Amino acid sequence: MLSVKNLAVSYNGVPALHDVSFEVEQRQLVALIGSNGAGKSTTLRAISGLLRPDHGEIAFEGQRIDARPAFAIAARGIAHVPEGRGLFSRRSVMENLYLGGYTQTDRAQVNASLEEVFTMFPRLKERRNQRAGTLSGGEQQMLAIGRALMSRPRLLMLDEPSLGLAPLVVDDIFRILKEINTRGTTVLLVEQNVREALDIADRGYVLQTGATVLSGPSAQILQSDLVRKAYLGL
Amino acid sequence: METLMQAVVSGALMGLVYALISVGLTLIFGLMEVVNFAHGQFLMLAMFASYGMSVLLGLDPLVSLPIVAVLLGILGLITNRLIILQVIRGPMVAQIFATFGLGIFLANGAQFLWSPDFRVVQNPWLGQLAGGLVRLPGGVYLGVPQLGAAVLAGVAFAALYLFITRTKTGLALQAVAEDKEAAALMGINSQRMYDVGWFLGLACVGVAGAALANFYYIAPQVGNTFAIIAYVVVALGGFGSVSGALLGGILVGLVEILSPVVLGISPDLKYAVVYSVYLLIVFIRPQGLLGRY
Repeated sequence: MLSVKNLAVSYNGVPALHDVSFEVEQRQLVALIGSNGAGKSTTLRAISGLLRPDHGEIAFEGQRIDARPAFAIAARGIAHVPEGRGLFSRRSVMENLYLGGYTQTDRAQVNASLEEVFTMFPRLKERRNQRAGTLSGGEQQMLAIGRALMSRPRLLMLDEPSLGLAPLVVDDIFRILKEINTRGTTVLLVEQNVREALDIADRGYVLQTGATVLSGPSAQILQSDLVRKAYLGL
Repeated sequence: METLMQAVVSGALMGLVYALISVGLTLIFGLMEVVNFAHGQFLMLAMFASYGMSVLLGLDPLVSLPIVAVLLGILGLITNRLIILQVIRGPMVAQIFATFGLGIFLANGAQFLWSPDFRVVQNPWLGQLAGGLVRLPGGVYLGVPQLGAAVLAGVAFAALYLFITRTKTGLALQAVAEDKEAAALMGINSQRMYDVGWFLGLACVGVAGAALANFYYIAPQVGNTFAIIAYVVVALGGFGSVSGALLGGILVGLVEILSPVVLGISPDLKYAVVYSVYLLIVFIRPQGLLGRY
């Protein structure tokens, strides 16, 4: 469904990625793991069109998307929950959710998505008229995920959804991501929380200094020497 | 007491017109962080468009108002595409010079084409309605054209506010103003929102210009006074804040008309008072009354 080949991206001439390649199959949950600065966020930002690659190819459902503007990529069915969540903090929870459904033209569909999001996150319903900026960290992450779901994405990409959250809330978020995936949405998850991410993932890729260095089924990745030593401290 | 009431009412009414002129400025700034230094000259063009249609086509400013609004809106769109988008990624100074230069070009172009003479629209309908004067309870007299202009400004402002807060496109405008990257991830094309912002902002200027044409003199340099007031209104209300433009507009209108009455100074000095109040407020609240920047 998503295929990234030999991706290279730089910020103002400073290379951040030099050779990233991976595949995400339909209905899979794929985890992209790696330490700080390995290029995980850069990879997601290149896929969603926020960054323009120097080299390489990004194809979604068989079509190249690497030269397309971000808004057009979003309209094709890729939702990206960015690092820091990217909420409209001055707008209410409802307004954020409606903005998530911006590409949807069918009003009934938008309302149906809204109901689904509220069923998944009852807290958001309680706080629907509150400004997004006044929510707790966990609620903000729920809103960011709910907002992404409003576009009925075929591929949901999340950048460190566990960052800065209490362990119990992290468990909740991972459980919900697994559920979203089970219901049929393909998920690409970027995480530093290696064990939790690989526990729910079908496949994993390890990124180091701008290149993919290891790939395989997540159980296999968890057993690998590289991951055991560098990320799990075993 | 009656003079005071008179001044309060006239000031508030004029303030509505100021608010409508300024809201375009604040809308465009909120979206793109570009200050349109040609704003006053666009108002001048709107007034001339209104005047031109009354002389050449015999259309009353009230009739030509929607046409002027759309014309100005289109002019805003063209300005955005031809000038603003070329300098948006450039340094701030380039943006300032681009719009400032455009303003000088427009004012002098108008002077070249239509001479620096002052003109007025002859016998506008609003001027003839009820003898051109209404008496409010409490012995306050108001010019019908002034009252009409304020009503038009108030209605246009309310319509803009409802559009921004209640429609999908309005919500998208606010999203782009808050976070362009996040807006792009929602599938919002920010370039198109810039077009919408310029169209709406200058359409408001169009309505204000057509409303003013009912009673204000029209000349190539008329934009200058209004432009400076609009900057004061926007800075006072808070750059990027639509409700701030309303508050700032009414405040400036009130101070302007009340200061000669209350302080007993010559009307020539009224702007000195306006700017003093402005300075005082921005010293205390540099981001403006309702501003975030």
